[in-house]
Amino acid sequence: MMSSTEHNYETKSYDVIVIGAGGAGLRAAIEASAQGASVALVTKSLLGKAHTVMAEGGMAAALGNLDAADGWVPHFKDSIRGGKYMNNWRMAQIHAEEAPERVKELELWGAVFDRTPDGRILQRAFGGHTYRRLAHVGDRTGLELIRTLQDKGIHSGIDVFMECTVTNLLEENGQVSGAFGYWRESGRFILFKGKSIVMASGGIGKAFEVTSNSWEYTGDGQAMAMAIGAELIDMEFLQFHPTGMVCPASVKGILVTEAVRGEGGKLTNALGERFMKNYDPERMELSTRDIVAKAIYAEVRDGRGSPNGGVFLDISHRGADYIKRKLPSMYHQFLELGDVDITKGPMEVGPTMHYTMGGIRVNPETQESPTVKGLFAAGECSGGMHGANRLGGNSLSDLIVFGRRAGLYAAEFAKQQTEMLPIDNEKVKGYAQALVEPFERKGTETPYPIHAELQHLMHTKVGIVREEKFLKEAIAELAVLRERAKKARVDGSRAYNPGWHLAHDLINMIDASEIVAKAALQREDSRGGHTRLDFNFSDDKVWRHRTSVASRATDGTLTVSYFDKPQMPKELVALFDKAEEKTAFETEGKF
Amino acid sequence: MMMIVSDAHTNRVANFHVFRGNPDENGEHIGEVVNYEVPLKPGWVVLDAIHWIQANKQPDLAVRWNCKAAKCGSCSAEINGLPSLMCKTRLDHMPADKPIIVKPMKTFPLIKDLVTDVSWNYEVNKKIQPFTPANSNVDTWRYFQQDADRVQEFRKCIECFICQDTCHVLRHHSKFDKFFGPRFMIRLAQLEFHPLDVADRLKFIKEEAGIGFCNITKCCTDRCPEQIRITDNGIIPLKERVVDRFYDPITMLLNKIGLG
Repeated sequence: MMSSTEHNYETKSYDVIVIGAGGAGLRAAIEASAQGASVALVTKSLLGKAHTVMAEGGMAAALGNLDAADGWVPHFKDSIRGGKYMNNWRMAQIHAEEAPERVKELELWGAVFDRTPDGRILQRAFGGHTYRRLAHVGDRTGLELIRTLQDKGIHSGIDVFMECTVTNLLEENGQVSGAFGYWRESGRFILFKGKSIVMASGGIGKAFEVTSNSWEYTGDGQAMAMAIGAELIDMEFLQFHPTGMVCPASVKGILVTEAVRGEGGKLTNALGERFMKNYDPERMELSTRDIVAKAIYAEVRDGRGSPNGGVFLDISHRGADYIKRKLPSMYHQFLELGDVDITKGPMEVGPTMHYTMGGIRVNPETQESPTVKGLFAAGECSGGMHGANRLGGNSLSDLIVFGRRAGLYAAEFAKQQTEMLPIDNEKVKGYAQALVEPFERKGTETPYPIHAELQHLMHTKVGIVREEKFLKEAIAELAVLRERAKKARVDGSRAYNPGWHLAHDLINMIDASEIVAKAALQREDSRGGHTRLDFNFSDDKVWRHRTSVASRATDGTLTVSYFDKPQMPKELVALFDKAEEKTAFETEGKF
Repeated sequence: MMMIVSDAHTNRVANFHVFRGNPDENGEHIGEVVNYEVPLKPGWVVLDAIHWIQANKQPDLAVRWNCKAAKCGSCSAEINGLPSLMCKTRLDHMPADKPIIVKPMKTFPLIKDLVTDVSWNYEVNKKIQPFTPANSNVDTWRYFQQDADRVQEFRKCIECFICQDTCHVLRHHSKFDKFFGPRFMIRLAQLEFHPLDVADRLKFIKEEAGIGFCNITKCCTDRCPEQIRITDNGIIPLKERVVDRFYDPITMLLNKIGLG
């Protein structure tokens, strides 16, 4: 049997290495392979289990099947308004333009969307979308997306490495050369040599106590990319989904799809009042997620919450048949896990950490990092597309639009390289030693309590509302947690050892958390997924034009600064009228 | 209307008998059941208890899970002998005085503790001809919700492989080289019933996928956490198509005299 500190590794070579097999990673791998590249698709989980599978409500694409007036311009404008004008305008434009083609492509590959009466793809209303825009399959659209891509992918000549964790990226003179990691099953090490890398590793939600995210969401991609010189942007903007389950405690945070509101669900407080009229009287329950989440937060804080610390969401007026057809997973989820029949009465819901708007900084056309050659990123781990707040339904379409682009340009980049870059074996040995080191520690603490404390800290001090005092405390406490994490002990062997896995993932989560806290401290402004009680307004003169950028300095410290974000060209600015712009901000400060 | 959490189980300590072990060279499950006392909280599912054991007693206890919301199908195991999702099995619905036995899926080779090697399923899927539409002009495609319903029932499958674990053809008779199992019967049914699919997989379903091995005991349907009617809506209609093609007496006669 292998000793737990052995350093040996196997080596594989590919043109393109895709890290993460959710919607973005699968779509990137399919595209890169279609371009003739040899592709490794490396995933921490089994294929088809990535977090994409939990997406419920739909994917936004201006197909115009129900509302003929829809098109890329309204979708673009909705995304920018929802993002509080912080989006990278070019990404939002590409996304709105290309999403319909990508959705149709899924249908070509076997996806079976719900249908309109005349037999086309049905679209549903969602928060912040002017028109009915979300292609969907009941409330399990993410499963449909991932299964469709999975079934396409296995016939595309991609080599899939399941339950294989990448821990380090390798570079030579600012260009990627490979990736290093371990098989979860055996704990054995593996080195991928590659000409280009697509990072598609998702978000950072597992750093928070109440989250809809699965264990995989540990900020790996963000941390690994920074370690070789990539930058992260917009990391202060986190999306707290307004409706997570709140009760019982074991299910706290599990997602309740926005489709409940899209299908007509009503939110009420303990007084029976439809409180959204006080925050966004025009759009009510179909306001954007940031506003609904903060409204629920404010209702609970001010003593108008439900018995278990949430508010009520009621869809029962739509009737049992309709609910069971359009929201079957929600029906079963509440019946089986929460003892509530949603066809008969309301659910209790409250905000849950759901999505990381910020992420790896990329070129909006190619998805390549501007600071590391050959490193591409797509999906939740990349930044820019969603600005300060993502609209529901824009994530699944983001995955397929930018997943495809990342795969395309990563394959092109690989073609231009005549040979593999050399691998520095000493560096690889260092990474291997760092990974086995927890087995040699003599401390008493395992990674689990440190993780639990991190989650509690981030939730209470870097959560849905923030203040200078708490952010400063959080940054100091994160430094202490980092030292404890570096000493955490691991027992057992390297074979399928969750404690060992967590020991490494924990450091990534702390890296990502530190960036969030530092970016949040600097932004003296409230908009979208960043709300400062001590700056409880949108400062449009200064902060609307500044994007946070984080990187790792040569001495290892994580630093955050700001740059002036790219200005939208005049012809696009002309699409917005000033009155519309004003309403996008008037809710800030109501919390 | 609102949920009342029963206190009956709040302070209960439950005994968990959890399998811990490693495979031998053939993937056989070699190990022992270890007893853990776990203080329960209201609403807990089996996976909560397993996580508690990891965090407090046994940090290297291997378990596979992802969403903890019955959407990904990762945490399949055998709970008190029944193939189940750990994230969906409520503890307050189980007898208070008996230990809760958690073991890995028996049908698949062991990796460690509660984790099994389900890679065979992924190999099977590769053999199936994917969706094959007559034309690729999606803008012209029209089909109705009634047609979609039939296919969507099968596409609800979360690939937990509990049906594969339950199926006696695989579980007791190990016919992995002859029968694809219920999961892939409904994958095939879903493709065959897609209103726009034009591929003909019937010979494949009969000969490669081995549909004849299913003798309709419906155990898979009973255990499906997505309540897919695997046997009634998937396997039986496929069997009927196979019978119509290959075993209809008139067709057989016509085939024999060269007119089929």
